[in-house]
Amino acid sequence: MQNTLAAPHHLAVGRDVPGTHEAPHPAPGFWRRYIFSTDHKMIGIQYGLTALVFMLFGFFLMLLMRWQLAYPGQPIPFLGKALAALLGEEAVGRDAAGRLGVMLPDLYNSFGAMHGTIMVFLGIVPLAFGAFGNYVVPLQIGAPDMAFPRLNAASYWSYLAGGVVMLVSFFIPGGAAKSGWTSYSPLATVADQAHRFDGQTFWLLGMVLLITSSLLGAVNFITTIIQLRAKGLTWMRLPFFVWAQFVTGFLLLLAFPPLEAAGVMQLMDNLLDTSFFLPTGLMISGTKPAVSGGGSPLLWQHLFWFLAHPEVYVLILPGMGIVAEIIANNTRKPLWGYKPMVYSVLSIGFLSFIVWAHHMYLTGMGTKISSFFQITTMTISIPSVIILTALFISLWGGSIRFNTPMLFALAFLPMFGIGGLTGLPLGMSATDINLHDTYYVIAHFHYVVAPGTIFALFAGLYYWYPKVTGRFMNESWGRVHFVLSFIFMNLIFMPMFIQGLAGMSRRMYDGGASYGVDNAGEGVMGALSHLVLHMNKDISRAAWLLGVAQIPFILNFFISLKRGKRVESDNPWAATTLEWATPTPPPHGNFATTPEVFRGPYEYSQPGHAKDFTMQNQPA
Amino acid sequence: MNTTVMTEPHPQPHDSHSPEDIQRHVKVYLLIGLCLLLGTALTVGAYYVHFTSVVTTITVALCIASVKAGLVAAYFMHLISEKRMIYVLLVFTGFFFLGLMLLTVWAAQDYPMLPAR
Amino acid sequence: MDAAIPYTTQLRRDTGLYNAKVGIWLFLASEVMLFGALFSSYVLLRVGADSWPHGLLNVPIGTFNTAVLITSSVTVVMAWASLKMGQLKNARRYLLATVLCAAMFLGVKTVEYRDKFTHYEVRFTDGKVLTGHVKALGRTAFLSLSKLKMMKVEKFAFHPDAAHGAAVATHASSMEVETAKVEKLECFGPWHHTYFAIYFALTGLHGLHVFGGMLVFLYFFGPGAVLYRADPVRYTNRIEVAGLFWHFVDLVWIFLFPVLYLL
Repeated sequence: MQNTLAAPHHLAVGRDVPGTHEAPHPAPGFWRRYIFSTDHKMIGIQYGLTALVFMLFGFFLMLLMRWQLAYPGQPIPFLGKALAALLGEEAVGRDAAGRLGVMLPDLYNSFGAMHGTIMVFLGIVPLAFGAFGNYVVPLQIGAPDMAFPRLNAASYWSYLAGGVVMLVSFFIPGGAAKSGWTSYSPLATVADQAHRFDGQTFWLLGMVLLITSSLLGAVNFITTIIQLRAKGLTWMRLPFFVWAQFVTGFLLLLAFPPLEAAGVMQLMDNLLDTSFFLPTGLMISGTKPAVSGGGSPLLWQHLFWFLAHPEVYVLILPGMGIVAEIIANNTRKPLWGYKPMVYSVLSIGFLSFIVWAHHMYLTGMGTKISSFFQITTMTISIPSVIILTALFISLWGGSIRFNTPMLFALAFLPMFGIGGLTGLPLGMSATDINLHDTYYVIAHFHYVVAPGTIFALFAGLYYWYPKVTGRFMNESWGRVHFVLSFIFMNLIFMPMFIQGLAGMSRRMYDGGASYGVDNAGEGVMGALSHLVLHMNKDISRAAWLLGVAQIPFILNFFISLKRGKRVESDNPWAATTLEWATPTPPPHGNFATTPEVFRGPYEYSQPGHAKDFTMQNQPA
Repeated sequence: MNTTVMTEPHPQPHDSHSPEDIQRHVKVYLLIGLCLLLGTALTVGAYYVHFTSVVTTITVALCIASVKAGLVAAYFMHLISEKRMIYVLLVFTGFFFLGLMLLTVWAAQDYPMLPAR
Repeated sequence: MDAAIPYTTQLRRDTGLYNAKVGIWLFLASEVMLFGALFSSYVLLRVGADSWPHGLLNVPIGTFNTAVLITSSVTVVMAWASLKMGQLKNARRYLLATVLCAAMFLGVKTVEYRDKFTHYEVRFTDGKVLTGHVKALGRTAFLSLSKLKMMKVEKFAFHPDAAHGAAVATHASSMEVETAKVEKLECFGPWHHTYFAIYFALTGLHGLHVFGGMLVFLYFFGPGAVLYRADPVRYTNRIEVAGLFWHFVDLVWIFLFPVLYLL
């Protein structure tokens, strides 16, 4: 059959042509279709909705913590009593006047640890990799589904189980894990001496499930990209998003197993009294625990960061991929420097495995090994800068369409830039020793991930929403969402750089008040000034307003399902990549006819063509 | 016309295992199995010899183990005649594995403030 | 049921591979990193340890188990070769042999684990340290000093190991020991020493792999073999893929055996 997919409105014809490669399927029932589906699109949607709920939940934990930081020791208004009823009075206490609703230190620590865990492992990675990867990658490479559809479903269910275990841990005696998302030993093992099945044990069990889910997903993604690319879709014709997901898959595949091993060992430390991470001479509250000792706390840090540094790139690479797609589409130009970008993303993937110990300068590592990790850390910033620069230059001379996805994608560039550049002082041991564990680190990391990755994910949601639902999200409310989010994100994280440089530690329950000038006593140098402490209140207000700013998005997301403007073609953004060559929404099996690719991914505004875009499957 | 990075178009993709080939392979498999059992005997034998230096003991044992593992990987897992994609994957994995092991051990050794044992 | 996914049995032209083979090698790559991390931990713990126990595992039993696992690797590859030659009957015999080898390995491993839980280190108040077997409260496993004290056991039977400290206890002479004269009594469980911690972690995880592989081969020997009639190529591929996993498990053991038993 002649390929007629050049212009999207021809697709309606293609869909009805008999004798295409697939026999019609009997319509599956509700459960097979929506719940226990093996279709990559439905699994992608499941991943997406679950991850968005978890992200909202993780964000909510932080909003509560921000009250404690801004108004230490005061009862949380409205929610304090509800929280006490939910979690018990050992977690939520009373202030001096006897009013119920004060977040106690243990709960603060739990919320802090779970905010990190939920945002990273249950929110962003499942959304960026599980949801966008699942939905978009098979479409962009012209595949009927993932290579192993049942494995794909198993991956989602394992993720959900891990998430449920994490959520349940809030309600067990002693509360959820409270040793930070990094769960450093021996603190993580000894933090809750009263309970054997404590929050940390639940955290580890949940992590084992989440790691299993990631491994299944990674195997599936990489196999799909290697094996199921459409005819003619050579490696250098892959959309950049697919490259980003490909590298992300490898990071998950090879970096997660060491954490799984470490998790098993810490689980044994918790449940079987082994001493993998408990050193000889360990004392807990002045008593010697009944363990053999001889373990190495640094071993945990090595294995944890062997995962967790590549994990940072797992968080950012899919975001870069999304932004690249949207920028090419809305500048109506080919990406500038596609090949350097591909080689950069491969270099990032490669180098990210040998930079991990820059998180450990403060452990007193020797100068030789520190130098090694400083060199690799400085080196890995080069490919990141190349990608960012290529994306900036891609804007040059384009007639840019400023729609909501593009606004988020454009905001990603400077936000990620700030996040990345402020990371350099943390990569060098001399400066890191001052900045480590201050709010500076929080600001740096969140600039990469919150206004960075999360903006990219919002961009992706607005961009692919029409393909998934057949309707646009409301453009005006999208702009409101963008402008407010952009302002408040910066109001939250910019002051944290100042707080961090002033020396405010990131782990203080009272937001540093006890180290303020009022409490420091005579002649203490370097106490936190009123200005720095007052920023806590400003940041908290900005955070709560950021929460309010998400309401337009949530309403828009659901109302547009029914009321959004209908798409008029299968390719509403006039894009070039293959996902727009499918019917809308794509049916089971995706493509009406097996696609064949004849050209590169970003042939926008090619001379000699009637339209300003040429789809990949348009014959030469 | 294709820009290939990792792919190499094979003109006729087919499995190189015809029944006659397999007949020959079976003999190789049995031979390798025998070698592995001998290797095990050798390892245990070396254990009872009691070398004077610990380094020798460890080196000998790990060398024999590596040869055995190499035989399993090469013949039982067909790595001796595998496709390029698999080799690429394993080279990267091997590199990261070595990175993990050597850098952690190096980092553990390079603590200037560690009290002398 | 599934959308028609290409290259489930055919080989893709540019890679020369079918999907499952790519998948299993990726999985094995992640397994390399999993066991790699554990081996790194072993090295780090051992280098940092004040003392590292020797000769507490039973070498002949370990050698026997190594031979069992090597044999099972041969039978798996023979099962695949038989299928390639179209001999389903032979292939199933080899699969059954594999399952039996796996069961044998796990059985022996269970006995070894039990040996550790019934083998004790006893430190007396006069500073003397002996290893051996303990019997108290009508049992021999999982005893500890705090348990004996809690149950008010004043004396217990102790069979010290032969003086050269060989793993095979010869029960030279048995003696009665007063609980009051004991400072510490602990079996060789994972809590006793980081050596046992890493021993149980490595062999336990390896044992889980053996168990999983055994279930897979049991399935292909039994109900899974029906696939051969419908799609012999796919069935053969499945055996090949499961075999790759199994050889990897064997390969890990080839390193585990000298590292844990001999060095």
